Amino acid sequence: MRTIRAAATGAVVMSLALAATACGGGTSTDGEGSNKSPKTLTYWASNQGASIEVDKKVLQPELDKFEKQTGIKVKLEVVPWSDLLNRILTATTSGQGPDVLNIGNTWSASLQATGALLPWDEANFAKIGGRNRFVDSALGSTGAQGKDPAAVPLYSMAYALYYNKQIFADAGIAQPPVTWAELVADGKKIQAKGKQVLGAEGANVSENVHHVFVFAKQHGADFFTADGKPDFTSDGAVSAVKQYVDLMAKDKAIPPGNAEYAQNQSVSDFAKGKTAMLLWQTASANLKSQGMSEDKYGIAPVPVQSGTPGTGAQVNSMVAGINLAVFKNTDNLGGATQFVKFMTGDEEQKILNKAYSTIPPVASAQSDPGFNSPANAVLKDTLAKSAAALPQVADESQFETVIGTAVKELFADAAAGRAVTAESVKAKLAKAQQQMPTK
Amino acid sequence: MTITTEVEKPPARPGTGRAPRPRPGRIRRIGLPYLLLLPALILELLVHLVPMVIGIVMSFKELTQFYIRDWGTAPWSGLDNYRVSVDFDAPVGEALLHSFLVTVGFTLLSVGLCWLIGTAAAIFMQDTFRGRGLLRALFLVPYALPVYAAVITWVFMFQHDNGLVNHVLHDQLHLTDKPSFWLIGDNSFYALLTVSVWKGWPFAFLIVMAGLQNIPGELYEAAALDGAGMWQQIRRITLPSLGAVNQVLVLVLFLWTFNDFNTPFVLFGRAAPEAADLISVHIYQASFVTWNFGTGSAMSVLLLLFLLAVTGVYLAVTSRGRRASHAR
Repeated sequence: MRTIRAAATGAVVMSLALAATACGGGTSTDGEGSNKSPKTLTYWASNQGASIEVDKKVLQPELDKFEKQTGIKVKLEVVPWSDLLNRILTATTSGQGPDVLNIGNTWSASLQATGALLPWDEANFAKIGGRNRFVDSALGSTGAQGKDPAAVPLYSMAYALYYNKQIFADAGIAQPPVTWAELVADGKKIQAKGKQVLGAEGANVSENVHHVFVFAKQHGADFFTADGKPDFTSDGAVSAVKQYVDLMAKDKAIPPGNAEYAQNQSVSDFAKGKTAMLLWQTASANLKSQGMSEDKYGIAPVPVQSGTPGTGAQVNSMVAGINLAVFKNTDNLGGATQFVKFMTGDEEQKILNKAYSTIPPVASAQSDPGFNSPANAVLKDTLAKSAAALPQVADESQFETVIGTAVKELFADAAAGRAVTAESVKAKLAKAQQQMPTK
Repeated sequence: MTITTEVEKPPARPGTGRAPRPRPGRIRRIGLPYLLLLPALILELLVHLVPMVIGIVMSFKELTQFYIRDWGTAPWSGLDNYRVSVDFDAPVGEALLHSFLVTVGFTLLSVGLCWLIGTAAAIFMQDTFRGRGLLRALFLVPYALPVYAAVITWVFMFQHDNGLVNHVLHDQLHLTDKPSFWLIGDNSFYALLTVSVWKGWPFAFLIVMAGLQNIPGELYEAAALDGAGMWQQIRRITLPSLGAVNQVLVLVLFLWTFNDFNTPFVLFGRAAPEAADLISVHIYQASFVTWNFGTGSAMSVLLLLFLLAVTGVYLAVTSRGRRASHAR
């Protein structure tokens, strides 16, 4: 009887442990795709709008238009951000992926390393009108340097400083801050009026990494050496991370409560008029859905250390955006390329980027008057002059996690009132670097 | 999950049995039970054993994003993944050990509290009183709720600025100097423990309640006649009678809690605070966030071996106890 019980328990233990052990099977998926099913395409779109339903409403009419033009039916699935990377990985492992998919542009080099995405060589680019149609900064986030891009840019975004006009007026501030010192000084006036200064998503790993990347650029530092090795503990990187966390720890500009924000609560705080400023990329649609009309806030470039935004140490945003990739083993290679051409065509670029309040990475579409509002002018200017792509290395995805988590922990320290020193920052960054793959 | 219970065949009594049925053919007699078991065996093989073997194979490979597309081609790394996992002086091993110790502490506390609360509630519910049915149904609510919905509600309640927990502890009861953080920093351990116990004790309640039904009422009546009070009845009758039920209950609770992934993942997201870095999320991070699938698999195998060892020791100890009590 004991044996039966032991066996039963053994089975229970195994099934539980397996939940962690099993990673799915692996099928060989060599080959450059085929045209076995030329009449259908599967498309995974990332969740861009306020909800998945909103995305379907935006995209479906365009997909119908594509079907009318080409006779190819596109099956759409909108995938939430939190699931997208894992879904892509699963598809990569099983070889059962969509034909065309959206990827976060910062993942380009990491996903390129898996070999699952179709490389965009000159011949493939020629099929969609050539490489020159795309803005340089957007092309910078499509894969590792020296390799054919793993995707083409679809929507571009950049960080900007959103500020509440009424709170600024009440505090007697005439202009949005241009430097961090001005932001901190303005913060004191804003706090005197009983308002919060700057919103942040302290527990959101990706947000954290975007901000400290920009601060690192402003300190003349990079998180990777020229040959792609992690270099997280340089003086510049430490100063950069410390300066960002100090906005909460020392300058008291970011409220301690924001240390646990990870679900866009800082956008809600801004929309409700609790916070005077927010560093965000394309927040307009989100703010509108929360009842804040466009005349209530202004948009300015993200502050720099001194002077005006530009290249080098004057960088004030990462190049944010979405790329469009083709799964290498697609059964409709011709159709997939046609679809990419359609989605990156001038007309669709204008429709889609307006719907998502993003900037077209296609230069000829940018001239549309719809993208000339003051808000868009700031974003366009930032993308053209003062935005830099996150490191395009195969370990980028891991870098986002470990650095983003280190900053999350530092924010937790700051919120709990523990000292955030150069040493504590360096220790966290050293630990993050040790977690990076060594091969 | 199913819990296998042992059903012993009652001994045949001479003279009471029915007339023997015609004996089926020898092959059919021997083959039929196996034939009936076959679908279950095939499913077990497909669902559990094959993925487990794949997982074990992966643990010996250098499996990163470069090979995930066709993981069979990933180079063999021998015991490297295991070496890295148990090198407690290096960052990966150190973090795994930390996570392991957090998980052990968390599991012991959570299982202990679940058992205590569940048993107390079941004993309390033994007496019939008005509204017992309703109360019993209410007790089972946490067990019946979808995990995601329940845990996300806790996330709202644990919020620093607007959460109910801080509102009660700080604003109303004035137990803390300032509102506490529950989802980041050291307190996250207690937040996790609270949700885990809230979610787990109704299962203990359910199982203990079922066990209590099997204790004959005469035992309590006799004990009462001998002057035994409530506490003595619980100590001398209830708890010893629940022995077998408790053994299964504690084991199942232990395994569930030790491997719980949903609660910490919904509560803290993919980067859990250090104080609440449970091993299941830690392995998920190693595998799916840092894309080090080989090391993640090695960690899973180590976890499996640990759980098998604990279960083995537990079963050996409890069955020895049982044998001893039978021998008395």
